[in-house]
Amino acid sequence: MRIGTLKETYIADAALFDSRTQQVWLAVGAALLLLFPFMASDYWLYLACLVSINVASATGLNILTGYTGLVSLGQAAFMGLGAYTVALLELRVGSPFLLNLLAGGFVAMLGGLIVGIPSLRVKGLYLAIATIAASFIAHFLFANTAFTGGTGGLTVPPAKLFGVPLDTSFRLYWVIVPATVLMLLGGANLFRTRVGRAFIAIRDRDISAEVLGIPLLRYKLLSFGLSSFYAGVAGGLWAYFFRVVTPESFPLSMSIFFLAAIIVGGMGSILGGILGAVFMTMVPELLKLGVALLPRGTELTVFLSPVRTVLFGLLIIGFLVFEPHGLAEVWRRIRRFFHLWPFRN
Amino acid sequence: MDWAYLFEISLTGIASGGLYALAALAFVMVYKATKVVNIAIGEMLMIGAYLFFTFAVTFAFPLWLAVPAAVLAAGLLGAVIERSMIRPLLGEPPISVFMVMVGLSSVLVGLVELIWTADQRRLPDFVSNTPIMIGDAFLAPKVFYGALVAVVLIAVVLLVFRYWRGGVALRATASDPAAAYSMGINVPRVFSLTWVASAMIAAVSGIIVGSIGGISSSMGVFGLSVLVVVIVGGLDSVLGALVGGLLIGLVEALAGAFLGGEYKLLVTFIVLVLVLMIRPYGLFGTHEIERL
Repeated sequence: MRIGTLKETYIADAALFDSRTQQVWLAVGAALLLLFPFMASDYWLYLACLVSINVASATGLNILTGYTGLVSLGQAAFMGLGAYTVALLELRVGSPFLLNLLAGGFVAMLGGLIVGIPSLRVKGLYLAIATIAASFIAHFLFANTAFTGGTGGLTVPPAKLFGVPLDTSFRLYWVIVPATVLMLLGGANLFRTRVGRAFIAIRDRDISAEVLGIPLLRYKLLSFGLSSFYAGVAGGLWAYFFRVVTPESFPLSMSIFFLAAIIVGGMGSILGGILGAVFMTMVPELLKLGVALLPRGTELTVFLSPVRTVLFGLLIIGFLVFEPHGLAEVWRRIRRFFHLWPFRN
Repeated sequence: MDWAYLFEISLTGIASGGLYALAALAFVMVYKATKVVNIAIGEMLMIGAYLFFTFAVTFAFPLWLAVPAAVLAAGLLGAVIERSMIRPLLGEPPISVFMVMVGLSSVLVGLVELIWTADQRRLPDFVSNTPIMIGDAFLAPKVFYGALVAVVLIAVVLLVFRYWRGGVALRATASDPAAAYSMGINVPRVFSLTWVASAMIAAVSGIIVGSIGGISSSMGVFGLSVLVVVIVGGLDSVLGALVGGLLIGLVEALAGAFLGGEYKLLVTFIVLVLVLMIRPYGLFGTHEIERL
């Protein structure tokens, strides 16, 4: 049961984490994130880093698609832009690691602004296809320009922070997870500001938003820029994490993965982006673990990849048909159950 | 400039453009009736080709039996898709339906890999191998006959649209489902029929495409070019599908010949972006008027 949540000031009303219970749970979550690397094995740390990168990128896409209503299938391409920028800066310039990440974000942002230009005239699914075009053009540029290393790609040396090479999942965890948490907080706060509200107004009805005095082009471009900034930073982290960047690292199916993640998680909800990205990254891994538990001799590993493909599709279809608001809605339902616990039965 | 070579390339391009037009027709039909962007069109082509492969090779049916069997089975699949995924999502935002189709394409690819494995297969040859000469230009026989079948099928579909009662019902449903329903047209049945017909057309083009280039679980890439075709032509325009198909086929062939194979997709996508910048609803698409 939820009691005693009266608010006395506007600041308290607009607070991101408004109740004591929520703050306690957040503290518990933060403590778990801090303790996790000391308890988990290398494999789980590797997964944690991967999940964290995906969460960052999915949140970026959520800003664009979930909150502004512009469907994009170019998220992987923007990640690629970020990853290539980081790789090139690390290899050719040798600038410090955090600066590279930011630069990756800004280069991707620039790419996002360019891709966003048609978004004023082109709407809905036409726009989605136009972003597919952008991702193919990006793929072509990665594969066919001299300084990106062609189809062989680039090998990135490990990042150095204060002279310590970040070459294990354990060390990278301390960079990737805080970066993601920072971006998540930024995203959550964005929608308490004027800009974020404008995004939501555009999503709900862009003509009405324009009538209300929101300059459409500027805000749509801004949304594209922010979303690709997230993707760029996530791509930069990706480059340091996998340490090889090739044109094939960022295929169209990856963009589809992110779109699927925010749909499964719940569009237009920061929590949804997190839940979706975690869920979609973990399902294939859990499937792999499940198959590993089966007795040897059963030749199931051959079927693993196609089963994964089928499952991926079924998850998208299943969520859209049965749970269109995604995992975030499931979460809200569970919370409501506890809030109303003794009264509603 | 070697004009004979250019002519030959253009001819091949137009012929493969005919195939694009056929697949695009299957796409546009569904879009007109149910407003679904069938991004899984490439995978539906693939399923048709694999069904044909099963009937013709595994069950060793003769050609005249294998083709109708595959087409009918594909039609059944179309009905199942419509009933289980499209109908429950009626009235949902377009992005949801779009993503369901993305999910469907993933399911279909996975199923193909499960049932038939990911290996590349060859469909049995059923046309003679004597090259077709048009003037001095050489045209691969499979491409030529494929284009021929495509043209005939497109003509049949257009006539059916125009004169058959069901075709008229489809056009009525496309322009206003509620009005069509009140005039006694069974709109849900029209939806089903459209999906069945579209899946059948897709299966035929899948069989043709598969017999030209072999079949594999990555055959769905063909769907990307079809997507470009329908966007360039306008999602809801049959004429657009035909013109767009020929245009993209031609552009792809020319780019492949004069720039190199890796430029094919690049050039088509650049054409796509240019068309969208100038005409946001495609060359012949309906310009949607928004009202508050």
